[in-house]
Amino acid sequence: MTTIDYEAIAREAGLERVGARPPLGSYLVSVWRRRAFIYTMARYRLQASVEENRLGLGWIVLKPILNALLYGFIFAVIMPSDTRPDNFIPFLVAGVFVFEYFSKALGMGARAIVGEASLVRSLNFPRMLLPVALITRHAIEMVPMMVVLGIILVVTGEPITFWWLMSIPVLVVMTAFNLGVALTVARLTVHVRDISQLIPLITRLFFYASGIFYSLELVLADQPSWMLRLAQLNPVHDFISLIRGYMVSGNPVNSFMWTVAIVSAVLMLAFGTWFFWRAEERYGHD
Amino acid sequence: MTESTLGMPTVVANDVHIHYKTFASGKAAQNSRNLLRRQRGVRVVKAVRGVSFVAREGESIGVIGHNGSGKSTLMRAIAGLQAPAKGTIYASSRPALLGVNAALLGELSGQKNVILGSLALGHSMAEAEETYKDIVDFSGLGEFIDMPMKTYSSGMSARLRFSIAVSRDHRILLVDEALAVGDKEFRAKSEARIRELREQAGTVFLVSHSMGSIRDTCNRVLWIDHGELKMDGPPEDVIEAYKAHG
Repeated sequence: MTTIDYEAIAREAGLERVGARPPLGSYLVSVWRRRAFIYTMARYRLQASVEENRLGLGWIVLKPILNALLYGFIFAVIMPSDTRPDNFIPFLVAGVFVFEYFSKALGMGARAIVGEASLVRSLNFPRMLLPVALITRHAIEMVPMMVVLGIILVVTGEPITFWWLMSIPVLVVMTAFNLGVALTVARLTVHVRDISQLIPLITRLFFYASGIFYSLELVLADQPSWMLRLAQLNPVHDFISLIRGYMVSGNPVNSFMWTVAIVSAVLMLAFGTWFFWRAEERYGHD
Repeated sequence: MTESTLGMPTVVANDVHIHYKTFASGKAAQNSRNLLRRQRGVRVVKAVRGVSFVAREGESIGVIGHNGSGKSTLMRAIAGLQAPAKGTIYASSRPALLGVNAALLGELSGQKNVILGSLALGHSMAEAEETYKDIVDFSGLGEFIDMPMKTYSSGMSARLRFSIAVSRDHRILLVDEALAVGDKEFRAKSEARIRELREQAGTVFLVSHSMGSIRDTCNRVLWIDHGELKMDGPPEDVIEAYKAHG
């Protein structure tokens, strides 16, 4: 038996190792190059799924409306309380709609890779496309939701102001945050499947901690001020507060909210991108 | 080694081992008390055990072996879809595996699936539209191309998948069991296309149980048996030995 130096043959021919993770920069470039594939697939999948539901795309806005109706019924009719502002319905609806944006990123982000096992196992593409496509879809769905929110606010007597336009930068910052969250949980569930069991619990925790059906400021009014500060460090609360601040009367915006929102979005996106890219070689391998 | 001094190496596999974890039950399950270090019932399957070879330009390599011998796993590793537990695979360009199936949607027409499949294989939108006509012509599906793909027979959808996959001039193409389907005419066309790719200084790997296809298209055969490379040589010799083995 003659031993062949395979490494030397590969080196001389200038071959590269298959499946090697590219550096972060060229990885992101390859994500951008393959965007047409994932965009077209998302669009076609949507078309295919719409054909099955009679209301089709209507469900995107109908679901949060029904959610808001349910919460409105429970918290305004069955359990009224003085920890809620006077214009409770617009307050609640804005909270539920913005929270829905976050909870979708968390819940569906967790399934971005493990839920696409057959695709990941049989095709080569930068895996980051999957969570990116997911967040893009959610961002697009946010457009009709904001229109519906506007209509609900007008119906419940909120004045239309130019400040409403400030919701656009808030949602842009929130999208960056959501993408960071989706990238992080997408990798975590690959390592430990059990995390997907915890996601509903985490979602609920954020739901109660982010002041959706009550005002954190009113609840913590009698408590030491550090408690409110602590509660305001939750970025989800700040995104909701900023949207309310610009769209629902009686909710002042302060610079602390913006600081937390922007800093958390930048950190989350940077961490999520790095964290997801680090495990590129692992996705779909077990 | 065979007369492989002709072309430059395109794929080099150096002592490749591939393991994968499965959830097993009964006797195969090995319970471990440490929850954090090992999940319950996980069993490591050693699918490929120390395979080495050098593939060169202009070679069309048939890969044969019994079901479960590790052929497909090896192909997936060459395509970069499965990381070897030990050893390394080198390639001159990213090998393409016939994996379009996962991206295609049964509810949509063949037309849309052709575009989607092309994009899945790494084409740009412009390229996908450019090759669209060639793909449809090659598939020979005619007016069926407007119908949802779920209405296709298995032979028809396999033809469409194959047509999409070979539309591009891949430097390295991995074909897994695709030639076993389709009628005689389509099979002849497929084999001709594979020879064409090979002549364009590409390397083709063909996994098949059809010794006929392998004899007609390949100039080298790898015989994988229980995850090991049992034989590597000209088709006639290897197929004969394989048949004698039973």
